[in-house]
Amino acid sequence: MRWIRAHLVAMAGLAVLGYLLIPNIVVIVFSFNKPNGNYNYQWTRFSLDAWTNPCGTPGICESLGLSLRIGFIATFVSTVLGTMVAFAIGRHRFRGRSTTNLLIFLPMATPEVVMGSSLLTLFIAMGIAPGTVTILIAHILFCLSFVVVTVKARIASLDPRLEQAAADLFANPFQAFVRVTLPLVAPGIAAGALLAFSLSFDDYIITNFNASPSSVTFPMYVWGAAQRGTPVQINVIGTVMFLAALLLVATGQLISNRRAKVVA
Amino acid sequence: MTGPMSAPVDDPAPPGLSRPRRARPNYTPYLLLLPGMAWLVVFFVVPTLSLASQSLQTGNVETGYTLTWHFQTYLDALSRFWPHFARSIFFAGSATVLTLFFAYPLAYFIAQKSGRWKNFLLVLVIAPFFTSFLIRTLAWQTILTDNGPVSSFARSTHLTDLLQWLNLTNNDSLMNSRFAVICGLTYNFLPFMILPLYASLERLDHSLIEAAGDLYAAPIKTFWRVTWPLSLPGVVGGTLLTFIPAAGDFINSRLLGNTRTVMIGQVIDSEFLRIQDYATAAALSFVLMLIIVVIVAVYVRRAGTEELV
Repeated sequence: MRWIRAHLVAMAGLAVLGYLLIPNIVVIVFSFNKPNGNYNYQWTRFSLDAWTNPCGTPGICESLGLSLRIGFIATFVSTVLGTMVAFAIGRHRFRGRSTTNLLIFLPMATPEVVMGSSLLTLFIAMGIAPGTVTILIAHILFCLSFVVVTVKARIASLDPRLEQAAADLFANPFQAFVRVTLPLVAPGIAAGALLAFSLSFDDYIITNFNASPSSVTFPMYVWGAAQRGTPVQINVIGTVMFLAALLLVATGQLISNRRAKVVA
Repeated sequence: MTGPMSAPVDDPAPPGLSRPRRARPNYTPYLLLLPGMAWLVVFFVVPTLSLASQSLQTGNVETGYTLTWHFQTYLDALSRFWPHFARSIFFAGSATVLTLFFAYPLAYFIAQKSGRWKNFLLVLVIAPFFTSFLIRTLAWQTILTDNGPVSSFARSTHLTDLLQWLNLTNNDSLMNSRFAVICGLTYNFLPFMILPLYASLERLDHSLIEAAGDLYAAPIKTFWRVTWPLSLPGVVGGTLLTFIPAAGDFINSRLLGNTRTVMIGQVIDSEFLRIQDYATAAALSFVLMLIIVVIVAVYVRRAGTEELV
């Protein structure tokens, strides 16, 4: 009884972790399924068919390719723009700081349907046809604020004396920035970019408002598939994504741990 | 990952940067801001205004639209769709309370008790969040299926009866019900609650809890008087990050619900994209945004952490 009491928090915490991970486990297990009908919701029998033929259903790999391309471009642009804004807010005093902060915050507080539909009304009003370009515009928009707050948090946690020390050692402002500030902020930029990529890659609601039938992203493909029947290949791609994310986040943790040890 | 949860508005000016000699005005911050802010103004502020104008226009796709200040659209839209608004608030509110209830023990455990497992557990919390939202939501179809282990467990423990009595099930099945939608929302937004809570609880000095114990406070009292108040910024941040997207979400209600669980996001989506009644859709979007702003403002004021938003 005492033991249960002492470990109550741990048990509750691990139960919640289970709740968080069960769907991923289901996705992985069902990537080895061979369903009888169109829907992959019931376990039938073990098979490697989907793994040996991941592009086996028409359109799936094209949509994956499009999502990856959009993800990379949106991540790159939003990370560059967002980092610039973060430096302006984190490193300078200027008029309109609080307005800027509010403008950064609002898109994060706007429901996706509202953001997607308002962009659509703009594109309609301006006569811009929906497609890959409009999807990119939307993705850069909603990634931007998240990059800004992530990088800004990193900048805020830096010791400004480091830059001053560089200046004392006769580094010019450019050298101080490139050799001291940027390496220190890099983990924040990396985290922001990772977040931007995952937001872009995963978005369905906003994308659906600004896409055309010829620009089907991976989430749109999955959504469409869910209406007609879910190919097992979806689970294969889901599994690969999960493992890649696990690897990436774990590597990131390892690097930052090692750095912390070197510093300490 | 503390980024998205940090306080957005009016944080103090950066420290240690006041240089005494500054003869000419510094344009650097404005140059840095220009591209990003231009993007936000052109693709966020302008469309929001365009949405507002769209909601007051009359016309149709063929003849075009003219601004007629037709406020009647709002009244019609509200009288037709108020149940969807109420349902969305109810689902998002329930999911927010449940995520807080579930996330707290896990965040507390990771922050205070996990020792060297801390990073590993954080990876496990973050990693599912990087995998497709839709695929994971579809997995709930398998988990809650009628003859699956979860359903039979719920039946044998009479949990199904309780949920049925609460009117959350679909007859006696868990799938395609209010229960499934709330379950999916709770699951999908859980990381948004865990991470800000973790950030608050990690900063909590454990000696404060020990001090409360030394002063003969019972564990429950220690929790309510010490731990909970100190974690409030995380609670407020997490509930906002859960409630706002959940209120506008329709993926869970569409994939896990039935025709009686349709949320307002789904209505807006179909009014825009299928029925193409742009005025009604724009009015509904605007009302949704307004409701969220009001709820958030009242909530933040009551929670007493006004510096957060």
